[in-house]
Amino acid sequence: MDKPLNIMLAGFGGQGILFAGKIVAYAGLIDGREISWLPSYGPEMRGGTANCSVCLSDEPIGSPLVTEPDALIAMNLPSYEKFIDTVRPGGVVIVDATMVNVTPTRSDLRFFAVPATQLAEENELKGLANVILVGKLQGATAFSNRQSLETAIDKSVSAKRQDLAEANKRALVLGEMTV
Amino acid sequence: MAEKVLMKGNEALAEAALRAGCRHFFGYPITPQTELAAYMAKRMPKIGGTYLQAESEVAAINMVYGASAAGVRVMTSSSSPGISLKGEGISYMVGADLPAVIINVQRGGPGLGGIQPSQADYWQATHASGHGDGHIVVFAPSTVQEMADLAARAFAVGDQYRTPVMILADGMLGQMMEPVVLPEPLADDDLPAKPWAIDGHKNQRPHNTISSLFLAAQQLEDSITSRFERYEQIKAHEQRAETYLTTDADVVLVAYGAAARIARSAVNKARELGIKAGLIRPITLWPYPVDTIESLIPSASAFLVVEMSMGQMIDDVRLVINGRRPVSFFGHTGGVIPTPDEVLVAIQRAHAGEEFRVVPIHSKLTGGAA
Repeated sequence: MDKPLNIMLAGFGGQGILFAGKIVAYAGLIDGREISWLPSYGPEMRGGTANCSVCLSDEPIGSPLVTEPDALIAMNLPSYEKFIDTVRPGGVVIVDATMVNVTPTRSDLRFFAVPATQLAEENELKGLANVILVGKLQGATAFSNRQSLETAIDKSVSAKRQDLAEANKRALVLGEMTV
Repeated sequence: MAEKVLMKGNEALAEAALRAGCRHFFGYPITPQTELAAYMAKRMPKIGGTYLQAESEVAAINMVYGASAAGVRVMTSSSSPGISLKGEGISYMVGADLPAVIINVQRGGPGLGGIQPSQADYWQATHASGHGDGHIVVFAPSTVQEMADLAARAFAVGDQYRTPVMILADGMLGQMMEPVVLPEPLADDDLPAKPWAIDGHKNQRPHNTISSLFLAAQQLEDSITSRFERYEQIKAHEQRAETYLTTDADVVLVAYGAAARIARSAVNKARELGIKAGLIRPITLWPYPVDTIESLIPSASAFLVVEMSMGQMIDDVRLVINGRRPVSFFGHTGGVIPTPDEVLVAIQRAHAGEEFRVVPIHSKLTGGAA
């Protein structure tokens, strides 16, 4: 039995936060775990920050709202500042270093700064910084496996845009392999 | 078994309704329910159904009245302020014995309130969905799977007893995604016959009439009392509740919908601390599952009601307990979601023999004896 993993993903509207959360959730579903995905749907989504709670567990999930994440993915500075103090001691923090230029202030966390937006642009994966960071989450926590994540991408990319699945998978591997 | 898919509660409910034979939807957009209407808008034209965005909630509910009178399975959905607007039409359908499924994806009120999840429409749904002597059946899903399952069930119960049925969800259940196995689609032959419907008969039978107007007092009383006989049947056969770890529980929590998920997490935390806590989760809010609560009075020392409101369902719990055990309350309102840790503190207080009604002030437990 794996440990429950509660994840907070946060960034600007349009960075693909909800989609990134969906890939994580779908991978959990494919792995046969209990999962939940809860988006913020308030007025903050318009021009401000969007965030998304994802829970992976082997037990039925109680509250789907993640208030003390085991893992935080932050794609912009306001999101990082909003959630960094809520992360559980020993938790994982992954930031898009292209967007978030910070020095970690907490020593009780595993901190990963991935220049995801820059990596995406350098590798013809524009717009897929979000998936690169999901790859890094897999690299840092091994919450799922490559095959489940690739299937999750197939399921999450809309039927009409399956041509995008390959790029998403490349972004995933790129993120997983990045140091 | 059918494949598990990842869907939002609003969409799973909509798809399950289509599979239950619903081919007519009338609505008006409002957060946090809009995905449900959007799903219907996308799918209905492809399956020969009707999706119509009405000019208002009042118009939508009256279109539902008309479609139901014609004998088809019909649905409308809204969120709290929109449901208030539908109240008149719901009462008319109660008075005309018309089945329909009405979805309330609750948000904080009163007034325009907010758009975050809430359970503040309990009283409205169970006690006053419209004027007059009458009830509607109310279901309370707690998972995305149940959003789908209860949609199918709601159509069946509505047709069986000729009554409107409400599914009382909330913004959390509507917006969240969870794995769901969708129910098998019904064939047209599976739908119940409705000999009372006004569906055109080429003079092959006497005219049917659908109306809620009875100007003679005795006639109106007779129609109401006959309907209340049906309500007794509903109370006898349709009460539903889930129990979790209640067999040996000292402190029994009572919570429905999204609040029940949080209460369940708190029960697990209490058990880890050695407190025997359990949970009753009403699945029907009307008829209220009085039998389940009654059955646990002998073994429980205290009851704790948890709601995302200032305390509404607690009235129905108190009616059953009737002073035989202390009944405490913990909740948040206005769209604030309680945390399992807060509920755990309430469990500890109830376990220590305290009876309290907590008013949420700045998310801290406050308040003294009830």
